[in-house]
Amino acid sequence: MSIRPSRRLALAALAAGALVLSACSAGSLGTSDEEGTTTVSYLVDNEASTVKTAEALVSAFNAKNSSIQVKIETRPQGGEGDNIVKTRLATGDMADVFGYNSGSLFQALKPEQNLTPLDDQPYVGDLDPAFKVTVTAGGKLYGAPNGAAMGGGILYNKAVYTKLGLQVPKTWADFMANNAKIKAAGVAPVVQAYQDTWTSQVIVLADYHNVAADQPDFAEKFTANQAKFATTPAALRSFQRLQDVHDAKYLNKDFASAKLEQGLKLLADGKGAHFPMLTFTVATLAANSPDKIDDIGFFALPGDDAAKNGLTVWEPGGLYVPKSTTGAKLDAARQFITFVVSKEGCDIMAGASTPSGPFVVKGCDLPDTVPAAIKDMQPYFDSKATSPALEFLSPVKGPTLEQITVEVGSGIRKAADGAALYDQDVKKQAQQLGLSGW
Amino acid sequence: MTALDVRQEHGGRTSVAAARPRRVRSPYSYWFYLPAAVVYGALFLAPTFASFYFSLTRWTIFEHEFIGLDNFVQFFQEPALIKGFVNTLIYAVVTSGLKIVLGLLLAVLLTSQIVARGYLRSVVFFPVLVSTIGVGLTFTVLMHPDEGLINKSLALVGIDGPAWLTDPSYALLSVALVDVWKGVGLATLIYIAGIVSIPGEYFEAARVDGAGRLAVFRAIVLPLARPATVTVIILSLIGGLRSFDLVWAMTRGGPGFTSDVIASVIYKQYQAGFYGLSTAGNVVLFLVVTAIVIPLYGFLNRKEVDQ
Repeated sequence: MSIRPSRRLALAALAAGALVLSACSAGSLGTSDEEGTTTVSYLVDNEASTVKTAEALVSAFNAKNSSIQVKIETRPQGGEGDNIVKTRLATGDMADVFGYNSGSLFQALKPEQNLTPLDDQPYVGDLDPAFKVTVTAGGKLYGAPNGAAMGGGILYNKAVYTKLGLQVPKTWADFMANNAKIKAAGVAPVVQAYQDTWTSQVIVLADYHNVAADQPDFAEKFTANQAKFATTPAALRSFQRLQDVHDAKYLNKDFASAKLEQGLKLLADGKGAHFPMLTFTVATLAANSPDKIDDIGFFALPGDDAAKNGLTVWEPGGLYVPKSTTGAKLDAARQFITFVVSKEGCDIMAGASTPSGPFVVKGCDLPDTVPAAIKDMQPYFDSKATSPALEFLSPVKGPTLEQITVEVGSGIRKAADGAALYDQDVKKQAQQLGLSGW
Repeated sequence: MTALDVRQEHGGRTSVAAARPRRVRSPYSYWFYLPAAVVYGALFLAPTFASFYFSLTRWTIFEHEFIGLDNFVQFFQEPALIKGFVNTLIYAVVTSGLKIVLGLLLAVLLTSQIVARGYLRSVVFFPVLVSTIGVGLTFTVLMHPDEGLINKSLALVGIDGPAWLTDPSYALLSVALVDVWKGVGLATLIYIAGIVSIPGEYFEAARVDGAGRLAVFRAIVLPLARPATVTVIILSLIGGLRSFDLVWAMTRGGPGFTSDVIASVIYKQYQAGFYGLSTAGNVVLFLVVTAIVIPLYGFLNRKEVDQ
């Protein structure tokens, strides 16, 4: 269903108009090259630690290469950022290197049409196969890892655990039993911060290792419209767990109005014992409560079977080169990416901000100085008890999950109803992607 | 506008209709209209018709596929939409109603002989001039359940204030109240203009007849300020139906879907990359606003003429 050139042109003009209207200047596109210097633009999102990491990488790279200058551009995060990336790709106006999600969001960029494959690059053999899958489309690899993997599970306060003599739970029943004891001791057992709505999804998403342990082919069937959250007991349980912690009154009092940083502070100060979270927030914790960071540990979201206990992993985002970058710029862009995934690049990234987990490049090890919560992830990797999150196995992810989980997690909607609503939501996404069977 | 004026205007309209056949030739050539027509056509007409077409397609930014009315079917099956639809109507009626009542009362107050009248008029109008997003963010802080100024003040007098924006049963109304605070100045201004234009003779005559303040308000101000009421209703109802910025700044439709309005549902579809679906939503919103406002406008104006 490709469209005729004239129409594409009109569409491009429309999109360009939208770009001007939304006042996002294309910035430096690196057109003029002075005396053999190639300028490469590098687009990253404007999250503070992303920018800091990018700046550290770029200044090290520019210092080493006199003939290539990399310039950073920033874009908003979230849905607005998605639209800017898509618009700039569609108009052939994309930066020479850009950072963007891997997995389902990567697939929505139509990689075959818009991106340059990186299959032939020297570092490809060193990449973790689990990561490679998430940046591959039509049998070709389009992305290099931008940063470290991260885990989804429970950040917990070890001081509270020591004081109450608790053990890290391996099953959901143990977890709820711990919660009962913690509540009796006057500490909020589970911290939630629904004012930052995305945080409400973590229990459901991080439970995917448990879903996969029960139904190994769930992702495949889910993509093919053969398995549903509402009708697959293991998947429905993810929503049920979110409802259970609310119904048992285990949440912090201000769960509805708290923001992520407030939630992290409750946890660091020992006013909350558990926080279902992604490990990239450990960097924020370390920055905001440096004296308490040693109190914070991490464990995978417990499931039903202690023997199958394991961690749900988010693969790092990718670095991509658009088709519109050619010639000397393309070579320079590839050199920059090669630098980022080198041992030196990893060390610079680990030094610029706290890594969210292990790197997915062979030879890149975590420094010993990383916080305990990050070290707690390593055993899961060593024993190979990890699963990628569903969004890396299936391109289907419904956009309103975070609103649904806020409702389920605040007692506005029941788990079964929420799961059914989510099934309807993913249908739209699947149709938009043009998947067969929907 | 007096009843007499209305009748004259009514009579005048018939004479214009009679005069239509021998219309005076415009002194300007049609070419003079071209620049305006090009701008209007390129920026308004073309996108409007393009949106009707794109509402019938499933499009990413890269390509599109014609799918007929599927987007509309999908949009009406959207569970958030039903909620958003009801919320929009509640929001429009609540804000519009409160703006009329409060605007009229404030206008009566601010047209009477009180001290610092000019100053008070500007104070009432001031919130209209402030950026909506700024107002939204400020009130989000003020309405914080534990640390907000509102609940802290209520606590001083022993009232345990609700969680204004995070309690599903209050969120929408809290936003509506802020909208009223922000928009009542405009309604007041329109009413002041309406009341001031009522000829002084009526008030004098009423006073001679021994009418009290309440009777003057009911028999003179209320009926003769009708054009102002019509304007306020139309403006605030349209504003309420397509309200988005304040809702987005304060709750983003949350918690969950509980304060979603049609415009925020559409925006979320757009954000999620469902461009065809959100275009269909905008077409629906356009039709709904038109379907409510045009008959209402006709109805309100007819009432005015009938008097």
